[in-house]
Amino acid sequence: MAPRALRSVPPTAWIGMALIALNLLMFLLGPELAPFGQEETVGAPFDPPSAGHLLGLDQNGRDMLSRLLYGARMSIGVSLAAVALSFSLGVPLGILAAIRGRAVDTVLSRVVDTVMSVPVLISALVVLQALGSSLPVLIVTIGLLDSTRVFRLSRIVAQGINAMEYAEVARLRGEGLGWMIGREILPNAMPPLVAEFGLRFCFTFLFVAGLSYLGLGVQPPFADWGGMVRDNQQGILYGLYAPLFPAAAIALLTIGVNLVVDWLLAGRTTVQGENR
Amino acid sequence: MSAPRDSVLAIRDLRVVAPNGAVLVDGISLDLPRGEILGLIGESGAGKSTIGLAAMGYGRGGCRIAGGRIELAGTELTASSRPVREAMRGARIAYVAQSAAAAFDPAMRLDRQILETPLQHGLMSAAEARDWMVELFRALQLPDPEGFGRRYPHQVSGGQLQRAMMAMAMSGKPDVLVLDEPTTALDVTTQVEVLALLRDTIRRYGTSALYITHDLAVVAQLADRLMVLRHGREVESGTTAEVLESPREDYTRRLVAERRESLAPAAGVRHDAGETVLDLRNVDAGYGGSLVLQDVSLSVRRGETLAVVGESGSGKSTLARLVAGLLPPARGVVDFRGRPLPGSYRDRDLAGLKSIQMIYQLPDVALNPRQTVGEAIGRPLAFYRGLRGAARREEVARLLALIGLPGDFADRLPGALSGGQNQRVCIARALAAEPDLLICDEVTSALDPLIAEDILRLLRRLQDELGMTYLFITHDLSVVRRLADRTVVMQKGRIVEEGPTATLFETPRAAYTRTLLDSVPELRRDWLDGVLARRVR
Repeated sequence: MAPRALRSVPPTAWIGMALIALNLLMFLLGPELAPFGQEETVGAPFDPPSAGHLLGLDQNGRDMLSRLLYGARMSIGVSLAAVALSFSLGVPLGILAAIRGRAVDTVLSRVVDTVMSVPVLISALVVLQALGSSLPVLIVTIGLLDSTRVFRLSRIVAQGINAMEYAEVARLRGEGLGWMIGREILPNAMPPLVAEFGLRFCFTFLFVAGLSYLGLGVQPPFADWGGMVRDNQQGILYGLYAPLFPAAAIALLTIGVNLVVDWLLAGRTTVQGENR
Repeated sequence: MSAPRDSVLAIRDLRVVAPNGAVLVDGISLDLPRGEILGLIGESGAGKSTIGLAAMGYGRGGCRIAGGRIELAGTELTASSRPVREAMRGARIAYVAQSAAAAFDPAMRLDRQILETPLQHGLMSAAEARDWMVELFRALQLPDPEGFGRRYPHQVSGGQLQRAMMAMAMSGKPDVLVLDEPTTALDVTTQVEVLALLRDTIRRYGTSALYITHDLAVVAQLADRLMVLRHGREVESGTTAEVLESPREDYTRRLVAERRESLAPAAGVRHDAGETVLDLRNVDAGYGGSLVLQDVSLSVRRGETLAVVGESGSGKSTLARLVAGLLPPARGVVDFRGRPLPGSYRDRDLAGLKSIQMIYQLPDVALNPRQTVGEAIGRPLAFYRGLRGAARREEVARLLALIGLPGDFADRLPGALSGGQNQRVCIARALAAEPDLLICDEVTSALDPLIAEDILRLLRRLQDELGMTYLFITHDLSVVRRLADRTVVMQKGRIVEEGPTATLFETPRAAYTRTLLDSVPELRRDWLDGVLARRVR
């Protein structure tokens, strides 16, 4: 990026990017950086922060910092995988429904309506209860449920673009489906989809945390941030720091992603043909 | 302030700045005496609307009045507080916008919206306001003046709605009207009557007006004085007769010449008509159950330009969509180069798709904003002609040179180009397919007059050099006269007249053609009176 472009980045975006970079680092190198193992008991439950344990110990006497670092890989990894799955399913199908219309659109949209008519949490609980909560099941369940929302957004965005005259020019040229999706629709649908990706990631992250909190998410002994809030929750009653650290980690990542998405969207959400 | 004493609106050294710091209007001074109409003329971006809004003490979209003084009916607006300025709007100065459909609330009856101004400002009692509204309806010759106000905006025609907006502007008996392209969105035949009524209403009540338009011929009928604007600055001003008959500045001369040239008769059939490329026989087409095209028969021969003219709703754009394969005919025969043309583009083979290309009205919507000019022009080259790498780049450069754009434009995105340049790119993209027929759908309607003139010249040159065949759809008769060899006049989905352009313009047979030809504004100041006199007869 040119120096001038860098200077035009607002401070909030820098904060957001710093938060994301920090989380990315934890995601990539967390377990390597952790001073202790995630299952290693190193002291008494709920020991306050000390020189050896910067964030103190959790309810089982494990090092909080190490568990946060291990949990980063698990929590971020699960959310990222689930969101990636929901987008790789929802976006192509949404655009396909918009371009093909009629039968394809009707079938896909009614399936999506049906899935969406049941609250996500209920669907997720049923599936996870029935199949048992393993990582692949967790990721696929959340990804599939979320893809309905991605489908709806990409369908409506693609419908708008598909009605543009440049899309008509491409159709009249005889272009195939691949070109229509990849070259005409997708590049112009990126701004709302990128925003949705950021928001979906946050929602999924909180959803995984919620499931873990209910005991159906990531299973012990693996550390994940939502589960850590649950495990340490009784600490709140005694005015202890322990539950604050995983909760703060979730909050900071969510805020960071939102700040960056806000910046990416600011001034870039011009709609083609709005000056008609 | 040294404004003449009878001046209702006096502006001195007006300077308006956009939020990004760009100066939209600079150093504009004007005086508007009571009862006079001042025409503000210029292309898009000239700052004419900005001046009109500034006269109301308003800056649109965060624009700021950064300097100068605006004195309206004795009140200095730039120094006034917001409530003072708001009290002036509607009562002392009122605005008539280009699109009445966008200016009215579709869910509210007309009378409620029109009476809002006088009642809100407490200018008159409810009964007085209603009487005045009915009087205005009568003056503007709206049907059933007593009951007209009970209608909703969608229940009246476009011309009636434009007149209702005039009534809304006049409802507070303002001293000054700002008319911002009030007839531009109307069909020519409707424009004539709305223009006449606007003029008569303004004269009858002694209102002053700023008349904003890009159309010299329209403003020539109404304005006492003209101010020509360009890039936010005054080019020249004077009485209407002075400016039109002896323009001092080169820019004004070009504007006037463009309008006069449009009246010059066509050179006649310039091209030796070749084989028949497109042949329609007794074609019906429509959406759902209703037919938009009825019993349409026409043919286009190689190397000629066939113009299809008509007003909105005449079916001319539907005809373009039919030929392009976007709307299959319900009945009738469409032949292309002697062979039946499949109704839907989906059923046409690549050679068939390649041979019919289309150019649109809005070039910025017809180009993918994420594809560079080179990609847009290069795609048909690769798709139809299999050109790759250096061969494709050379061909793109050749096409860019052909349409008069520099070669380095290939790397630019459409957003970095002007409207006229983008339209050239669209033409190059169509040429890249080497079509047998080029459909031009209102290709100059969205462009400023001088830019449109350039595009027409380009199309003409391409025809001379490459023997292009055009199906030219337009509502603009002056364009037809300059470009078309033959012309088809459409009304309500039917062809009412067809013939060589020169013949059709000189001796129109159908009554509708005569009305249409008569309605094209001319620079002569007595044109409007002449038309009205002929209509009454």
